[in-house]
Amino acid sequence: MASGRTLYDKIWDSHTVDILPTGQTQLFVGLHLIHEITTAPAFDMLRENGFKVAFPERTFATVDHIVPTDLRTRPFLDAEAETLIQVLEKNVGEFGIDFFGLDSDKQGIVHVIGPQLGLTQPGITLACGDSHTSTHGAFGTLAFGIGTSQVRDVLATQTLAIDRLKVRRINVNGSLPPGVYAKDVILNIIRKLGVSGGKGFAYEYGGAVLDRMSMEERMTVCNMSIEGGALVGYVNPDQTTFDFLRGREYVPKGEAFDRAVTYWKSVASDAGARYDDVVDVEGVKLEPTVTWGINPGQAVGISEKLPRPEEFPDPDGARKAYDHMGWSPGAPILGTPINVAFVGSCTNSRLSDLRAAAKIAQGKRVAPGIRALVVPGSAEVKTLAEKEGLHKIFTAAGFEWREAGCSMCLAMNPDRLQGREICASSSNRNFIGRQGSPGGRTLLMSPAMVAAAALSGKVVDVREYLA
Amino acid sequence: MSNDSKITNVSGRAIVVRGNDIDTDRIIPARYLKEPTFARMGDYPFFDERFDAAGKTKPHPFNDPKFKGASLLFVNKNFGCGSSREHAPQALYRFGVHAVVGESFAAIFAGNCVMIGMPTVTVGEREIEDLMGLADSKPETSFALDIEAKRLAYDGKSIPVDIPETHRKALVDGSWDSTGMLRANLDKVKATAAKLPYMTGFRS
Ligand code: SF4
Repeated sequence: MASGRTLYDKIWDSHTVDILPTGQTQLFVGLHLIHEITTAPAFDMLRENGFKVAFPERTFATVDHIVPTDLRTRPFLDAEAETLIQVLEKNVGEFGIDFFGLDSDKQGIVHVIGPQLGLTQPGITLACGDSHTSTHGAFGTLAFGIGTSQVRDVLATQTLAIDRLKVRRINVNGSLPPGVYAKDVILNIIRKLGVSGGKGFAYEYGGAVLDRMSMEERMTVCNMSIEGGALVGYVNPDQTTFDFLRGREYVPKGEAFDRAVTYWKSVASDAGARYDDVVDVEGVKLEPTVTWGINPGQAVGISEKLPRPEEFPDPDGARKAYDHMGWSPGAPILGTPINVAFVGSCTNSRLSDLRAAAKIAQGKRVAPGIRALVVPGSAEVKTLAEKEGLHKIFTAAGFEWREAGCSMCLAMNPDRLQGREICASSSNRNFIGRQGSPGGRTLLMSPAMVAAAALSGKVVDVREYLA
Repeated sequence: MSNDSKITNVSGRAIVVRGNDIDTDRIIPARYLKEPTFARMGDYPFFDERFDAAGKTKPHPFNDPKFKGASLLFVNKNFGCGSSREHAPQALYRFGVHAVVGESFAAIFAGNCVMIGMPTVTVGEREIEDLMGLADSKPETSFALDIEAKRLAYDGKSIPVDIPETHRKALVDGSWDSTGMLRANLDKVKATAAKLPYMTGFRS
């Protein structure tokens, strides 16, 4: 009988402060990341109550959601955005929190900079007022998104009152065919298990495909756990993890690094760990995948036809998706015309993503009339990409090359869809209105697929470009 | 915690919003997250579904006069999925919704609701269909949600509802405003932190 413990069990237990009278666990938060959008009322509540930040050295702040990615001169043209940034600047100053602001070379999307700086480490708990905090689970971190009142609690106590989750092991077996990326893996997991299938679960991803993935690919998979309804997603730490972390700014050095690795190894799930559920996915069966609807579970392989509403447990939901998107069951997704192409977001804006897109774009031109944007996930990603000349490949092909931020993932800055535009996007959400226009339409896909769509002006099979 | 923060009952008329997987981007579009406080969130729930680009109202339950003043919201499956923005429950609460009854809720959304003292309770598919039908056809019907007893009473009958036990306790004990409870344990927090190898920089 399986009786070993999972990584989730181990980290949960070592971080449990107490069982509260409500039956919830008071859980210690090892690292707290904050940004400009979900924190201002939390600091206000602290001030109203006269509370201090309990462990200011365990919180780090950056700006990402609202920042313009073209003209960054202050004050911003958008007065509301300017105010919100100023509020954060004031709050971090007043409460003594380290801040990677717009003028810092460490600025970037919160889920990109945590790993890049080595703040994100195995065996810690990590919370952030953002649902894609699950990204950090790629490191064997117990990481999850929280709301603003919970941000207040973490600031005031470095703990949260929360409920334990069950653990579902997801094995991605075998290997991936060419042209199939980490993004396709997670889109297919969500399609298979549903957008609420992960409710109550942490997802532990493993199997041969995950074992061979780079850290950046693992981050892409963990990032979208929340789109499958799972608050937490993680991969057990291994040599790939340790090699990635070695030498990064906030990672211990020398002998302390060796001791850290010993700890990190100890938190991985035991060989005989007991799971509440196990799911298997065969990597070799996957193909480049595109969403056709209004949630990330409404996806098809590039060679498939759009499904009939009756094939879904919720036919009305599928009909609503067709109403919004304006296409019909039975049509191919291949060849769907696009207006905008967006490479970016905490799902796919790291160096390897930009390389994959640049490989497709190299020596080619964006189709006439298509607006194409590449938005690096962090200032550092931008610098590294420029060192390799990726920006030249993109701009020569007709893509715009921008400063780091969330940009058109949620369109809180000037980058947004207009009217009924259709966007091929490497981001994580295709919700109605998500990219800034109530009538806008989003097709989620891998960065390579986005680049291929930009060049063709329509949804194409990236494998044609790789041949 | 003081007794006045105990939430044991919510009663009133109900507003009906049908559909599964209604995400928080739909409940409150991202542009309203630019405001540094929650104060005006009550003006914005479902904004893009209620108003067109010119500001003209569109048919939506939140615009429908028959639901005006309702304090319960009836929804279907996986309500509140997507972004963790607490602006979503804040928008509903400040609009006047003080409890949500549905088939299921996304985890972060339900957690955020408890944190502001707004219960989310679940009922079965058939029950929600009945409740929605009744509130739609007889919007004057009054519903009484008893969190303590986990029951919803209306129209001379009473049905069981479900709520995670930890949420139920937090609401009825008045400890949903958790900061005080967590702060009372600060010594234990420090003791737990001291035992975590990374908290000392792996020095020993
Ligand atoms: S890139 Fe998109 S999903 Fe990621 S943190 Fe920014 S807004 Fe959220």
